Amino acid sequence: MALIVIEELTKDYRLGSHTVHAVRGLTLRVARGELVAIMGPSGSGKSTFMNILGCLDSPTGGRYLLDGEDVAGLSPGELARIRNGKIGFVFQTFNLLARTSAVENVELPLIYAGRPARVRRARAREVLAAVGLADRAHHHPSQLSGGQQQRVAIARALVNDPAVLLADEPTGNLDTRTSVEILVLLQQLNRQGITIVLVTHELDIAAFASRVLTLRDGRLQRDEPVLSPRDASVAQAQLEEEAVA
Amino acid sequence: MNIWESARIAVRALRVNKLRSVLTMLGIIIGVGAVIAMVGVGAGAQASVTERIESLGSNLIVATSGSVTSTGVRLGLGTQYTLTEDDAAAIAREISAVQVAAPSMKGKGQVVYGNLNWSTDVYGVTEDYLEARDWPLDAGRPLDAHDVDGATKVAVLGQTTVQKLFGDSDPLGQIIRIQKVPFTVIGLLAGKGESAYGWDQDDVVLIPLSTAKKKVLGTTQPNPRSVRKVEIKILPGDDMDEAEAQIRALLRQRHRLQPGDDDDFKLGNLTDVLETKEQAAQIMTYLLAAIASVSLLVGGIGIMNIMLVSVTERTREIGLRMAVGAQGRDILLQFLVEAVTLSVIGGVLGIAAGLTGSRAISHFAEWRTLVAPDTIVLAFGFAAAIGIFFGFYPARKAARLDPIEALRYE
Ligand SMILES: Nc1ncnc2c1ncn2[C@@H]1O[C@H](COP(=O)(O)OP(=O)(O)OP(=O)(O)O)[C@@H](O)[C@H]1O
Ligand SMILES: [Mg+2]
Repeated sequence: MALIVIEELTKDYRLGSHTVHAVRGLTLRVARGELVAIMGPSGSGKSTFMNILGCLDSPTGGRYLLDGEDVAGLSPGELARIRNGKIGFVFQTFNLLARTSAVENVELPLIYAGRPARVRRARAREVLAAVGLADRAHHHPSQLSGGQQQRVAIARALVNDPAVLLADEPTGNLDTRTSVEILVLLQQLNRQGITIVLVTHELDIAAFASRVLTLRDGRLQRDEPVLSPRDASVAQAQLEEEAVA
Repeated sequence: MNIWESARIAVRALRVNKLRSVLTMLGIIIGVGAVIAMVGVGAGAQASVTERIESLGSNLIVATSGSVTSTGVRLGLGTQYTLTEDDAAAIAREISAVQVAAPSMKGKGQVVYGNLNWSTDVYGVTEDYLEARDWPLDAGRPLDAHDVDGATKVAVLGQTTVQKLFGDSDPLGQIIRIQKVPFTVIGLLAGKGESAYGWDQDDVVLIPLSTAKKKVLGTTQPNPRSVRKVEIKILPGDDMDEAEAQIRALLRQRHRLQPGDDDDFKLGNLTDVLETKEQAAQIMTYLLAAIASVSLLVGGIGIMNIMLVSVTERTREIGLRMAVGAQGRDILLQFLVEAVTLSVIGGVLGIAAGLTGSRAISHFAEWRTLVAPDTIVLAFGFAAAIGIFFGFYPARKAARLDPIEALRYE
């Protein structure tokens, strides 16, 4: 069974008297191990869709099965449990807690999972090391670069072993070099078996995915596999060569 | 998530805005401090009154001769003495709760020593009087049964009388004249201070009842055995009201009063008077506490205000916490613990402030203050309760935020 099953999903926003149809009947599946990029013009409903996937928002209509569980009718408390255990969400603006060290930021989901402090700290350090920030564990967000902050955010998303990693424009606030760095990390994680869905505006970024979905006016306009995804580490090596030259 | 986790997060959040946290706490500090200091003042006043009750002799019932209506004419209280020495003896004999019953007479008398003279209260008493009044001697010996039976001319002096007649010289063994009758001073009473009604209890001379009747106060009473008062001491632990009822029944029976007749005596419980005063002091304590509590309440509103600001400022943080799995109750707990931390730390500092304050009041205003441990516990509990009460609304507001709207909040 597919990890994500979406059927006739709709989302309406009510703004005073008129209604905005942000998502109008999406049907799709995402299998385990995919790296899916969602593209589309501004206002096409990408973020709205991602927020529903991330159980941050609930759909107006349709069905959403995550890992076999019907998410549509769940209570806020049960949604919190799913966000905690099955989903890792990465934001465009990082959303790290200020005045809080990297390792403590990474620990956050484990606190709400009820893990004891020692287990939490050890696990957070392990994941921070996996994203290449072992030596920055005690830095505060204000002492980290944008790329480093996004790595901390990715570590936070991964710390509780989620079924899927969702990222809404994870590289939107980063320059090209740093964006590629993040993509190297994401591809690496994907090869280790983590399912990833990310939103991006840039074709260059979408080229690293194994499948590209294009939204337009809340509908699925195109859904095509990428036959030979670019390898981010190769792209990174090329960038470095250019920099030297 | 457990409460320690929440407490850690709360303390950290409070440290971010140190000045703001301290100012918010100040409301609670002043509130708790005021409650403790004010209750201290009230309790101090109350304790002074209680001590005075004890100085009068606790467990004391006073029977006073009263009006006689046998002729249809109601005579004023004490005009014709209806109580007798035999009544006193009967009370002591027949009522088991009675430790001692001491009959007495009283009159004004001129007391002369050398060329000094002093007008004071002269009491004719029996050997039981000092026991009934819990009144120790400073020096010499008390009146005994021999003095009373033999109508000897000996006197025991109160401190004020000693002062007026003797100054610093030793009165023991000296001869004084009371209404021109010579008496030997055999004992000196310990100081007793002001009575509940405000008169000086030390301004007295005690002489044997028999001597008083024959030589000093003169008796205009038809019955030579009559006395003005009987002071009755009840054994510790016995019920005062029940003893009073028994005394009343006995006296009515002895005086042959019919069921419809009024009492021809009055039974007074000295502590009644003082209990009223004690109640007044207690009401004052409550009043002071109530006024002080208002400032605690204002402190609580301050906490609520700052917590509402804090929830608004940290909306995105709340959204993020929810996005990574915080339940509504985790957020509720976090903000509630933050409010309670403010109020509890404020409470502890307030206790210190209150104790210092009541010391200062004792020192500068010379009022007695008394801070009981239960006041401290109560004030502390009250402060914590204020934190919970005023922290709850902001915390619930935070807990009910929608995660996506909270994350989008600018
Ligand atoms: N909270 C909201 N209330 C009302 N309308 C909304 C809300 N959020 C989104 N919309 C509307 O829904 C539509 C889809 O918005 P969404 O944010 O999903 O677009 P997007 O594809 O992520 O755009 P972008 O690429 O600019 O981020 C837009 O027309 C937007 O105006
Ligand atoms: Mg968007």
